[in-house]
This record gives sequence, C-alpha cells and structure tokens, in this order.
Amino acid sequence: MMLKKLVLAGAISLMGTTAFAACSYENTTEIKMLSAGFEAWKAVADAMAECGNFQAELDQEFRTKQPSAFEANPALYHLGGVSNGTVTPLLNAETIRPLDDLVAKYGQNLSPNQLIRIDGKIMAVAMMVNTQHLMYREDILSDLGIETPTSWDEIYAAAAKIKEAGVVDHPLGATMKSGWNLAQEFVNMYPGFGGALFNDDNTTAVNSEAGLKALETMKAGMTFMDPEVLVSDSTYVQQQFQQGKIAMANLWASRAAAMNDEAESQVVGKVKMAGAPTAMEGGAPATTLWWDGIVVAANITDEEADAAFKLAMEGMDTEMVQANNDAAIWLIDGFTPGPLSEGAIATATANPAPPAYPSTTQMGLLHTALGNEIPAFLTGERDAAATLVAIDEAYTTAAKEAGVLK
Amino acid sequence: MKFKTFFAFVAPSVFMMTLFIALPLVSVFIQSFQITQPVMQQLEVETCTPGFITQTCVTELKTVPIIGEDGKIQTTTQWVGLQSYRNVLQMDKVWEALSSGRLGDILQIDFWKALRFTLMFTLLTLPLVIGVGLLIALTVNNAARAFRGPVIFVSLLPFIVTPVIGALSIYWLFVGDGILTAMMERWSGTNISMFAQAWTIELLMYFYRVWHVAPFAFVIFYAGLQTVNMDTLESAVIDGASRWERLRHVIIPHLMPLIVFIALIHLMDCYRVFDEIIGFRSQAHVISLQWLTVDFLTPDDAGNRAIARASASAMLTMIGIVFLLILPLRRTWRDHKGGAH
Repeated sequence: MMLKKLVLAGAISLMGTTAFAACSYENTTEIKMLSAGFEAWKAVADAMAECGNFQAELDQEFRTKQPSAFEANPALYHLGGVSNGTVTPLLNAETIRPLDDLVAKYGQNLSPNQLIRIDGKIMAVAMMVNTQHLMYREDILSDLGIETPTSWDEIYAAAAKIKEAGVVDHPLGATMKSGWNLAQEFVNMYPGFGGALFNDDNTTAVNSEAGLKALETMKAGMTFMDPEVLVSDSTYVQQQFQQGKIAMANLWASRAAAMNDEAESQVVGKVKMAGAPTAMEGGAPATTLWWDGIVVAANITDEEADAAFKLAMEGMDTEMVQANNDAAIWLIDGFTPGPLSEGAIATATANPAPPAYPSTTQMGLLHTALGNEIPAFLTGERDAAATLVAIDEAYTTAAKEAGVLK
Repeated sequence: MKFKTFFAFVAPSVFMMTLFIALPLVSVFIQSFQITQPVMQQLEVETCTPGFITQTCVTELKTVPIIGEDGKIQTTTQWVGLQSYRNVLQMDKVWEALSSGRLGDILQIDFWKALRFTLMFTLLTLPLVIGVGLLIALTVNNAARAFRGPVIFVSLLPFIVTPVIGALSIYWLFVGDGILTAMMERWSGTNISMFAQAWTIELLMYFYRVWHVAPFAFVIFYAGLQTVNMDTLESAVIDGASRWERLRHVIIPHLMPLIVFIALIHLMDCYRVFDEIIGFRSQAHVISLQWLTVDFLTPDDAGNRAIARASASAMLTMIGIVFLLILPLRRTWRDHKGGAH
C-alpha cells in the first residue's frame, strides 16, 4: 500500500516537473474538453495538457454526450471537439459561441481555410479534414499485376482476382456494422451515383435510381467480404488490415497511420493509399468530406472562453503538427503531406469533388433510418426497392416526430 | 404487527418505489400520448467549410429550431392520442401482410421482429434455466460433502460476471477467428462464421443466457432441496419408488413454489433482454424490444431523439411483461390463498 502511494506520488511529481516543458505559457484556468478519441485528438489533447490545468475526455461516444453537456449552465466542458456531422445540435441550440473576437486575438496562425463560418460568423475552427480513401496492399496488387483501382467496378474486378489467388482471407473490408457505420457507407456511395439526399421540402430523395444502384453496389461487394461484415466497424477493419486478413478497403483517412504502427501492424509499409473510388464514370469519388475541429461553449464566462481558446490554439499549433504529421490530414501550417495522406488529398481535390457531409437536423434522422433499414437488404430479407421504401417511411415518421416535416 | 410499526418499516421502500418506479412510469405513460417537438423555421444560411486547399461556401435553405427568450430551443407539446403507438406497431402494414398472406413481411417491421425474438428468447430459455438449475442442484446435493463447497463456488461463477462483460466475452470467443471458432474450424475443416447469420447468433444468445442465469436457479433449488421432508422420501424408497419417481412425485411438488418464483423472475428479466444485443452486435440480424426502446432514445448526430416512440415502445414492453406474468402470478395467488386456511 505504502509502496503504491510512493510510486504514485513519484509519478505525479515527475509529471509536474515536465508539464510545462513544451508550452509557451502556463495556463492557470481550469479547462475541460470533450472530443472524439482518435489519434489526431490524442495529439492535440496531449499538446494542450503541456500547458497545465487541462483535462481532456476523449470518448468515441462523445456525440451522444455533447449536446446536453453543453446545454448545462455552466457548461460541463469549455471546449468541444466536433465534426461537421456532430456540430449540428450545438449550432441548433446555440450552445457554442461565435469565435470572431477570439480568432482576432489569438488566431494569427490560423489560415482562412480553417475557419468554419456560418452566416459570416466563425463558429468553429477546423484542424483537419477526414474522408474515405482506398487503402490497398500494394504488394498483393503488384504481385497479381493489378493496377490501382479507381472505381468500384475495378475494385470488384481486382477483388475477384485476389479471391481466386487466395492470398488473403477476404479481399475486401468495409465498415458495415449495422447502424451508424453502415448508413455512412450508403451516404458515401449514393452521392457517387449522383443522388441527392433530400428534396427541397425536406422529404428524402433516396428512393431513386441512384439509391437502387448504391444498394446493389454495396451488396455486390459482400461476396468479397468477411461473412461477418455486418458487425465490423472502423477499428475492426483497421485490425483486419493490420493482421493481413484483407487486401483493400475504402476506409477513413484517419486510420491510415495505424497501418505503419509497428506495435500493432504486421503489414508495415505494405499498405498504400489512393483516392476514394468512383461509383460511376465521370462521377465524384463515392465518399463525403468531413472536417474535425474545436468549438467553445457558450455557457461559460468570457474569461474562461478566452483561456480555453488560447489553450486550444496552443494545442493546434505547428509544433504539434510536426510531431504528429501522419496522424491526420492537418489543415494547420507545418503539415507536409506524406505518402499516407496521398489518397485523402486525391479524394478531396478530385474533380468533381465529393460533397461535404451535411450538417442538418434532417441528415441525423436519415442517417438513423438508413442504419436501421439497410441491414434487412444485405441479409437478403428484403429487396432493394422495398428497402428504399422502408427508409423513406422510417425517415418520414421520424421527421414528422422531430418537427422538420409537417 | 401494529400498523404504525409496519408503516415505519415499509415507508422508505414505498417512498423509493414511488419516486423511482411509479412516477417515471406515469410520466412515460403520459409522454407516449404526446409529441414534443422544436418549433422549426426555414432560414437561408451560408456555410463555409474547409476543403483541402480552399474553402467551399454554400448558401442553402436550412431547417433550424427557433431559440426562445430563455436561450433554449422553443418546443411545443401536442396530444396525439395513439399516434406513437401506431408508429411503433405499424398495424396497417401488419393487416396488409396478413391479408396478402405474406406473413414474413410482418417480421420486417422493427417492433414485430423484436417481439418475435424477445418472446422466443424468453420462452425457450425458461425451461432450460429451470432444468439446468435443477440438474446442478440435484448433482450438488448428491455430491460428497467434501466437494460441495468448491462445486457450489464454481457453479455460481457465471452469475457473478457482469452481463455485458459476459456477452462481450462470448462475442470475442466466437467472432472472426476467435479462439473457439478457430477450434471449431480446425475440428470441422470448414470456415465457420458465427455472427454472419441470425440463427447462429440466436443460438449463442440462448446458450449465454442459460449459462448466465442457471446458477441463480441452482442456488434457489439447492436451498429448497435442504427442506425436502426426509420421512416422505424414505417412505417412498420403502414403497419401491425409483429415483425418477421420487423426483417426480416428492421433490418437484415440494419445489413447485420455487419453480414458479424462478419462472416469474426469469420472465421479467428475459423479456427485457438487451445486453446480448449490444454485446453480440446483433442489430443487423436480431433485435429485442428493450433494444428498440433504447434505440429510439439514443440521440443521432443531429441531436434528435424519438422520445414519443420510445415511450410507446416502453409501455408496450410493460404490457407484454404483464401478459406473461398473469399465469404464474395466478398460480402463486391460488397457492397463497390455499395456504391460508
């Protein structure tokens, strides 16, 4: 017991001595942050912690906590990490504050590209972009003489060859865990076929030709995937890659760095990145663009907001980016695109460009409806046309209940 | 006991039950007939988001809630009668499926899909839990005294495991190339995917639930076995009753109140099956009523929660439990009255 206490005390005092090593000032106001838990956020949170008096909660379930935590008065967190998908409830409830004055005071190093403006007011500061890109085992593809696929048709053709060669368990991986992940796969594929998600009157437009094509394309891939693909989320696909079980996947760019993590990966240096595949000739890559960034709570004092923003700028500085260059596609000065980010940059700069994931109330409802209704199609219980009708109905019911449809 | 003393003893419990069970129940009941929604307006909003090099700005018509003077989103609450129940039950589709003879279509509606599994799960595991529990109890009761302690300890272990953790452990043992799947694959020589189709997932769920709950039945039965009248048993032996006949005519009738008790608890618990769905990630294939309620309640990325439908679904779950419990409760009631005279 005594020993444990001693060790603990020693560890804490050590932390105390190194705490302010890399920070240009000492933070004296208690600041808390709630954000997602992937690599880039860890890097930013660590950099902020160097200034002291900072607590970060890195939680992949942050999306369900954030709206009520920011609605509390005083807010439970000063800073929030958001993406274009999760900023919606905070914008709607006005629980985050406009940052124009704070950006003017501390944001000298920010590029205009980073400032998320809603009706001219800066509501968030982006630090990175995220999107899907094609990750593939370069060694396997070159062994089999396959060119890097650029469309889903080419991916399936390549997958068929890989399957025939039998070099991996499953040629393809996908984040098709029923619910949010699976819905996201559809939200990626559908615009790739030129489909629009909503009509002008807020009804959904997924029940269309493009919707049928998107569903059929998703299902076509399942013959090349793990039979248990309906339970696999991003982490699972990442691990399948790392363990050499799959050869290709259209996966989040934020997962790229894990391929070369020598502690986890058996395929270090073998996975290459290319732009997200297109769904049809001349179309945009079948994916959506995302940004991740920080927001400052409205329900805190101006002094706290000031300190929180200053700290956030310290966490999102060039020094942090240089130390964690491969953790994300940073928008911050000092980022040098490496081989890991080639795919994501190719995706983001493609012409026509993929759409940004919409930050709207309707999108949340549609996302849920997609996640709940598509599994029945993929398990074969229902055909594509009936599934699209079911999605439309589920969305309409939810939208009426939420007040966005009359 | 004087009424005052009785009251003093039960008052804290009654208070807690009112506060934490009765009042929330009333509130859920009321909310199932209401819909509370934000007041929405359509605004032209310009949104600028980063691209990789330059920003893209789009101006679009957005539907956003109106913020009231107190700084909160303005909401309206309407009485909608049975609308939320209709949304959950989707009876129009059920009649359509019935009249067209395609009964399978009913199981594509979330509620009915969940009800099918929940009922089957509850009713199939019930006899298994009682049977396995009784079997362990009889085995332990007949084991040599020296072994009893360790055997009881080992049999109780599954019951100690936190349900979600237990479900996750089973998931990890069987998913992908989990240890047990890999073993089965080596043994059978074929590629096995336990989580790729509904029936294998359900099978694992039944197995897990019985494994987890049987120790509870065992403890209760084991205690009951200690009170079996030895005279009756001995006279049954003298009358030439076989082991089976003694079990059938002496021990089981003696344990009957306990069997009913376990059935009651099990029906109540099992009808609210939830951990298995989350632990096994089975949403694509198998869902339960309780999961459906939680899914309605979980906010999406835009912060929407279907509170009205969640309330309706919760009330329907409760009605289901009441129906299931009527039979065993009537029996207990009869026994209770029978014992009084």
